[in-house]
Amino acid sequence: MSEKKLTKRDLFKVFIRSNFHSGSFNIERMQALGYCFQMMPIIKKLYTGEERKQALMRHLEFFNTQSYVAAPIVGVTAAMEEKRANGADIDDKAINGVKIGLMGPLAGIGDPLFWGTLRPVTAALGASVALTGSIVGPILFFFLFNIVRLAVRYYGIAYGYNKGVSIVSDKVGGKLQKLTESASILGLFIMGVLVARWTNINVPVVVSTIAKADGTTEVTTVQTILDSLLPGLLPLVLTFVCMSLLKKKISVISIIFGIFFIGIIGYWAGILA
Amino acid sequence: MEIHGIQMILIFFIACIAGIESVTEEFQVHRPLIACTLIGLVLGDLKTGIIIGGTLEMMAIGWMNIGAAIAPDTALASIISAIIVIAGNQSISAGIAIAIPIATAGQVLTIIVRTITVFFQHQADKFAREDNMTGIDFCHICAILVQGIRVAIPALIVAMFIGNDVIQHILASVPEVVNGGLKVAGGIVVVVGYAMVINMMEAKHLMPFFFLGFVVAAIAQLKLVALGVIGIVAAVFYIQLNPKYNTVVVKNRSVSSNVADDQL
Repeated sequence: MSEKKLTKRDLFKVFIRSNFHSGSFNIERMQALGYCFQMMPIIKKLYTGEERKQALMRHLEFFNTQSYVAAPIVGVTAAMEEKRANGADIDDKAINGVKIGLMGPLAGIGDPLFWGTLRPVTAALGASVALTGSIVGPILFFFLFNIVRLAVRYYGIAYGYNKGVSIVSDKVGGKLQKLTESASILGLFIMGVLVARWTNINVPVVVSTIAKADGTTEVTTVQTILDSLLPGLLPLVLTFVCMSLLKKKISVISIIFGIFFIGIIGYWAGILA
Repeated sequence: MEIHGIQMILIFFIACIAGIESVTEEFQVHRPLIACTLIGLVLGDLKTGIIIGGTLEMMAIGWMNIGAAIAPDTALASIISAIIVIAGNQSISAGIAIAIPIATAGQVLTIIVRTITVFFQHQADKFAREDNMTGIDFCHICAILVQGIRVAIPALIVAMFIGNDVIQHILASVPEVVNGGLKVAGGIVVVVGYAMVINMMEAKHLMPFFFLGFVVAAIAQLKLVALGVIGIVAAVFYIQLNPKYNTVVVKNRSVSSNVADDQL
């Protein structure tokens, strides 16, 4: 029997399918069906008959991680399936063990990297341009984000396939920790920037009106006092209030509605403008 | 503004893709910045579409699906508020306010759909036992399409009735206090998204960088790109100087001490 070998073409098919990874997300087994959907070209190539049924069922087990970092896991399992199809002693438990073992730590990298840094940073950049009405904003966001994402997907699958189970080694782990931590720094830095720049609170309550000698009057409002202390002080305080409310498991929507309510009341009372 | 046939079809199509994307989260078509721009393009007011997109994007910047938690739905919110602002002649701040309850409705709808898709999961199990690979692919694609329909149908309904005089009249009769208040709230509400991102990072030891970003942006009049460069430089410095990552320096030291021994 000739050796079964996965080709670049097979992995490319997996890459195309990987763009629909979470599509069938369900509350029971989450991305399980999506995982099997991706593994299809590999299963088709390696197995027939009873073995194929086993392989299909094996990849319909519970799976959930940050979507993009699923790519290296898919690569690793592809390599394991290839070895197994060629007679290596790898059982269902080993393959599912790798999937379950990797999805937690990788989600821990993927979430701050993509949802905490890449998307907020590229989206903020795009949105800041878009607010001027320029089409460059959305285009910038779309391309910056997707170039990185597609590269992670493509090379992630190839990397996982080439490295196999050794992907869990300390060397890779150290590098990823560096990457995650520096991304978190950039993400948090940009959040600080956004709090200061892209938040708009104005308290126009007049504190004093001084008539000057040259006939002009100098009006001091609560806002001018706050700005002289530190511009953006109120947004900063509000951000921390929101953080603690969210930590107390108060839903995003109720906080947002609360702010709308305060906005309308504040505007009506002349406290906010 | 009355929306005609071809526009209806295009809105349905875009809404469908955005609905799918809100669960796959791959190309980001479900994000306001992209979805509102596309709706603006279809309705012939690209510029307004882009501005609503940018404004909503800032508000929704921290809305993300983490683990099994499901965020408010940006797909439904973006598409419907873009239609209401452009075709219903509303202000952008009113559009933002409308987006919030719609995002909640979208969130509930996506939870329902994610429950319905359990059926496809079980159907796929059955197909696996029967060695039916096409069947499994079909299950996955069906589940995806249901997510698309989830956004496409409400969008189509709004598009059909927005030109209606009664609706236009109701939208026009919103009192000034509410409109002004919503505009004020729109400037504040963005902090919720920032708070969500910061909470998600869960990195107390990195919080100084948040304050650094805040102070630099509050005081220096730099563009966002320049601020981004400062952020990257800070990150590089931190990694380079952190003892946690500095095993290399220790090695060099032992090498140099060996050299000194040789000279003796």
